[in-house]
Amino acid sequence: MLKRRIIPCLDIQNGRTVKGVNFVDIKDAGDPIELAKNYVEQGADELVFLDITATVEKRKTMIELVKQIAKEVNIPFTVGGGISSVEDVSNLIKAGADKVSINSSAVKRPELIKEIAQEFGSQCVVVAIDTKFVVDTWKVFVHGGRTSTDKKTIDWAKEIEQLGAGEILLTSMNNDGTKNGFAIDITKQVSEVVNIPVIASGGAGIKEHFKEVFEQTDATGGLAASIFHFNEIPIPALKNYLRTQEIPVRL
Amino acid sequence: MIAIIKYNAGNILSVQNALSRLGYESIITDDEEKIDAADKVIFPGVGEASSAMKYLKDRKLDAKILSITKPFLGICLGLQLMCKNTQEGDTDCLGIFDTTVKLFPPQEKVPHMGWNNFTKLSGDLFQGIDSDDDVYYVHSYYAEECENTIATCEYIKTFSAGLQKNNFYATQFHPEKSAGIGNQILKNFLGL
Repeated sequence: MLKRRIIPCLDIQNGRTVKGVNFVDIKDAGDPIELAKNYVEQGADELVFLDITATVEKRKTMIELVKQIAKEVNIPFTVGGGISSVEDVSNLIKAGADKVSINSSAVKRPELIKEIAQEFGSQCVVVAIDTKFVVDTWKVFVHGGRTSTDKKTIDWAKEIEQLGAGEILLTSMNNDGTKNGFAIDITKQVSEVVNIPVIASGGAGIKEHFKEVFEQTDATGGLAASIFHFNEIPIPALKNYLRTQEIPVRL
Repeated sequence: MIAIIKYNAGNILSVQNALSRLGYESIITDDEEKIDAADKVIFPGVGEASSAMKYLKDRKLDAKILSITKPFLGICLGLQLMCKNTQEGDTDCLGIFDTTVKLFPPQEKVPHMGWNNFTKLSGDLFQGIDSDDDVYYVHSYYAEECENTIATCEYIKTFSAGLQKNNFYATQFHPEKSAGIGNQILKNFLGL
């Protein structure tokens, strides 16, 4: 049976992880490689590295980091942040990334999804959607959630699928950072309206939130950052719990 | 020395990285002499079938592959290209395995992406592997079960997760991305 995936996300700036980490057995909490290897040992199913480096020049350090990650990590990983061209994607894939995640650049120029899918295959194109409930509907936001668009999330998800994306990473800005749980309604709607995998993100605070999103929606994965980094929910404990709740996970 | 066949597909570097983690030297090549000189051959790939077959034919690598008698492992698209034909681009393939490759019907999410276990296992490639061990898949096309099937997986259909005929082995999943279980399967192949 296909398992639901548990995916830690690491924010990277200038080649270093930025959010605090308190794994006891990690010598250098800012070293993305050591952190990634620790997650692999804990049983993470995939990893997402989000480059939040501000300048183009320093992005070159991300390419070097991706090469190192690819050497050390034997599970799939996605790289996102600041990708705006097929050339950017090519550099990351050649460095060893399994998938790339695009967001604002896809909203700005949706054909980019098609171009990447044609060149490298749909399986490597993850489109990240930052969504927020505005007045009476879920809308798409860009630029790290700072800029609103007039796109409805459901319409954009359908368009993404048609353009050849292989997966959707759906983050609810209303839920992100609240630790009150995933946005069940929009995750359910998006995961039912498209036939590509949907990863739920934003709001996980306790183990039960993962059970909720996996039971009530068709999301195939759950992504979180701080609860894993701060070891509030150790991945083995989360997976053991989900298995007792009859959610299929890899142990 | 392990030869990794170079063709216009992605994901080749990750196979080389996996081999080097296991302590094996490898070379990514489409040169016949280098393929002949290697102890074993890996045929990896994520990509599109018709353009991959065209690349192989243009370099006469299709005939080369069929002539190989040493242990040979196809991965993902590599497995599919070792079958008779595929619906992807309506492509005639190498015909090593007596089966055809079809697109998953859209009853569940496609691609089949993530970790899944086995329903049947046999042969030396899967020494020490249990049917509840999970490995990583990402594919939209699947090889139907046939007499060469050495492992099956359930997703929408029961399909071939592993195939073997003589020295030719293949996996639909990615052992190089399947953590410890994947390492064990690669070690089994490297130890043949």
